[in-house]
Amino acid sequence: MNAPAIALENLTVTYNRHPAVHHVSGSLARGSLTAIAGPNGAGKSTLLRAIMGELKPAEGAIRRAVSSRDYGYLPQAADINRRFPVSVIDTVVTGAWKRAGAFGGIGRAERQKASEALVAVGLEGFEARPIGSLSAGQFQRTLFARLLLQDASVIILDEPFTAIDSRTTQDLIDIVLRWHGEGRTVVAVLHDHEQVRAHFPQTLLIARELIGWGPTHEIMTHDNLKRARALAERWDENAPVCAVPA
Amino acid sequence: MSAYDLLIAPFMDYGFMRRALIACLCLALGAAPIGTFLSMRRMSLMGDALSHAVLPGAAIGYLVAGSLSLTAMGIGGLIAGLSVALLAGVVSRMTVLQEDASFASFYLISLAVGVLIVSLRGSNIDLLHVLFGTILAIDNDALMLIGTITSLTLLALAVLYRPLVIDCFDPGFLRAVGGRGPLIHGLFMLMVVLNLVASFQALGTLMAVGLMMLPAAIAQLWARTLPAMLAISVVTAFVSGYAGLIASYHLELASGPTIIVAAAIIYVVSLVAAPSGLMSRYIRRPHLAN
Ligand SMILES: Nc1ncnc2c1ncn2[C@@H]1O[C@H](COP(=O)(O)OP(=O)(O)O)[C@@H](O)[C@H]1O
Ligand SMILES: [Mg+2]
Repeated sequence: MNAPAIALENLTVTYNRHPAVHHVSGSLARGSLTAIAGPNGAGKSTLLRAIMGELKPAEGAIRRAVSSRDYGYLPQAADINRRFPVSVIDTVVTGAWKRAGAFGGIGRAERQKASEALVAVGLEGFEARPIGSLSAGQFQRTLFARLLLQDASVIILDEPFTAIDSRTTQDLIDIVLRWHGEGRTVVAVLHDHEQVRAHFPQTLLIARELIGWGPTHEIMTHDNLKRARALAERWDENAPVCAVPA
Repeated sequence: MSAYDLLIAPFMDYGFMRRALIACLCLALGAAPIGTFLSMRRMSLMGDALSHAVLPGAAIGYLVAGSLSLTAMGIGGLIAGLSVALLAGVVSRMTVLQEDASFASFYLISLAVGVLIVSLRGSNIDLLHVLFGTILAIDNDALMLIGTITSLTLLALAVLYRPLVIDCFDPGFLRAVGGRGPLIHGLFMLMVVLNLVASFQALGTLMAVGLMMLPAAIAQLWARTLPAMLAISVVTAFVSGYAGLIASYHLELASGPTIIVAAAIIYVVSLVAAPSGLMSRYIRRPHLAN
């Protein structure tokens, strides 16, 4: 098999020296579609932020085939000022950053692509609406349209379907599957085990420690899920220094 | 008194009125859009804090030059404003204090030091000039400085527009694509300080933010898109400047505060009459079918 898109080597990420992701190793094959599962506080978002380069590893390393700048990333709680007077189409067009940069022109072709992306996410006719006037689901669709425009080879989604109705979720899952079909590497944090089993060939199950990483049907077992829950609830304010050798 | 005497003659007859009008035009073109971005970044009060931070530098410039030299005071103010902006940024990154909290501390210190310096050496008249501005005493040098700052501001806004806008509403995205948000923020703060220096020459340190923030607030009441807001802020700032100059000339009022009062009148009218203002709450319009 060819070189992986992303390889984690004994990755540990900490907050105030407490590990939130602890000694995780493994790799994401190019073109793979992977679900990240685990209870609340399991370190899923922390793992993705480390992959995006927002958090530095306390130990271990992340090897990327392409720079994380070229990834498409949908954070869990995007720090977006919805009251800013910007339209839906202009928000989507920012996805052309990789091609236009800070100063390059954004021509009719990019605007055309942005309109098509809006059609693809079911927001036709919303071009001129200010983002502040959208419902949560419509806004999430807008962010997906921007991801479409970004045309990234690696796409990272942190709980993209939380608080979204089932119809929208289905539309967005279709887009995720389309990305997979186009050979992109896609990683998504999901809480719905049915969705994971139905659509995601690979699963990474984490509860601070890695519980399992591989084909979904081997990972999403009753025993593994139980172990994940038990591990996640463990917390010691005065934990000793970790003894696992680097 | 004819309309010509009322509205145009003062500028035909007196060079200082013409210079004041040009200064107002420059401030409208530069400071008002900067103010709009400041308030879009939810940093309205930061502008106020920075404007006070300019004072000790201006006061020291005044002492060094030995007279009310706007250029010396401008350079001093620039150094002081930038130092406070930098210090506040550094403190907020190194300690638990948020940027606004560290700003508040630094500007209070600056304001106290500035007033002390002026009151030690200057007469009370000078203190009033520094605090409330001397728009009718703007000489050609000061006008050149203001014009240069405005040109730089317009150029910088044109070049930085896209990353600046993205940094305002989705800083996380800018970070993810490697858009150098901190650099953009730093350059923007530089423009804020520059424009405060420009407008403090005309309006004084106490009023300097007036032509920055009032037009920005007015623009938000009338417009729903950023380009329209920027345009409205420029126009209202210039109209306030013109109306304020005319009123101060005929009524023999201090020009700086009169300009700000003119902007305040537009603001109050907008609060009531603008589409998103108070009146819209009491006017019922039938709802649409779809
Ligand atoms: N900024 C932070 N500072 C300190 N602790 C944090 C921070 N963010 C997350 N944590 C802790 O790290 C752990 C993992 O968090 P997170 O990665 O957000 O979990 P998940 O996304 O799996 O729900 C949690 O115990 C959380 O309390
Ligand atoms: Mg999370």
